[in-house]
Amino acid sequence: MKFSDFVKVTAIKADLGSQDKPSVIRELVESLAAAGAVKEADVEGIVTAIMKREDLGSTGIGRGVAVPHTKHPSADKLIGTVGVSSEGVDFNSLDGDKVHLFFLLISPPDRPGDHLRALENISRQLRDDTFCRFLKQAKTSHDIQQLLEEADNNQFVA
Amino acid sequence: MPDTTASRMVTLLNPQGFHARPAHMFMKLASQFQCQVQILKGNEVINGKSILDLLTLGAGNGTTLCLRAIGSDADAAVDALARLVESGFGEQPAQSSP
Repeated sequence: MKFSDFVKVTAIKADLGSQDKPSVIRELVESLAAAGAVKEADVEGIVTAIMKREDLGSTGIGRGVAVPHTKHPSADKLIGTVGVSSEGVDFNSLDGDKVHLFFLLISPPDRPGDHLRALENISRQLRDDTFCRFLKQAKTSHDIQQLLEEADNNQFVA
Repeated sequence: MPDTTASRMVTLLNPQGFHARPAHMFMKLASQFQCQVQILKGNEVINGKSILDLLTLGAGNGTTLCLRAIGSDADAAVDALARLVESGFGEQPAQSSP
């Protein structure tokens, strides 16, 4: 699976303003709503579900990366967005570091395979230090979009 | 003490596969051992103490993986990790979890 298969490019945020976990999750879900990828009426439910998942253990997987996610009945296919915070957000991540890169995923309840493929793709790309560093330095959503495209074209992973 | 190598094939039984939470549980348990922990899937060998590596497996329900440990406590590590995987990571079968 490629980034272009699930990332809603018009919902990408290069300059996340939020400074804590609930606000950054809300900011990303609202961005998906503004881009028309989720309904405004579902925003509350999705934010609540993602926070409930975080209560089971932070999705801040280390190296400044988090993959907040949930299943939601309103999703008819896997949808996601990417956000970058230059200051970093305290996310109770596994290594204790602040999170700079967010990959937020919403998947239909009955498709665990797609969610796994997306996690696989994200983690595979993020093992590349160059990709990680460039993403953290991205200043505009266009920069991020371009980096995701380059990753999709295997320009980071041999 | 000479290094020992232990390995075992395990099958993922939990319906959701090796997603973020199981990967975290696996990494936490693996990190309690001194030995190196690896997972082999096809031609790939990944570090079982790295959550990022574990997520790259993209391993779904029913996938068979080879656990391998190298070090003085390799046998104990493989035993414990195989038990964790085969317990289904505490997920209820056929129940959707977040």
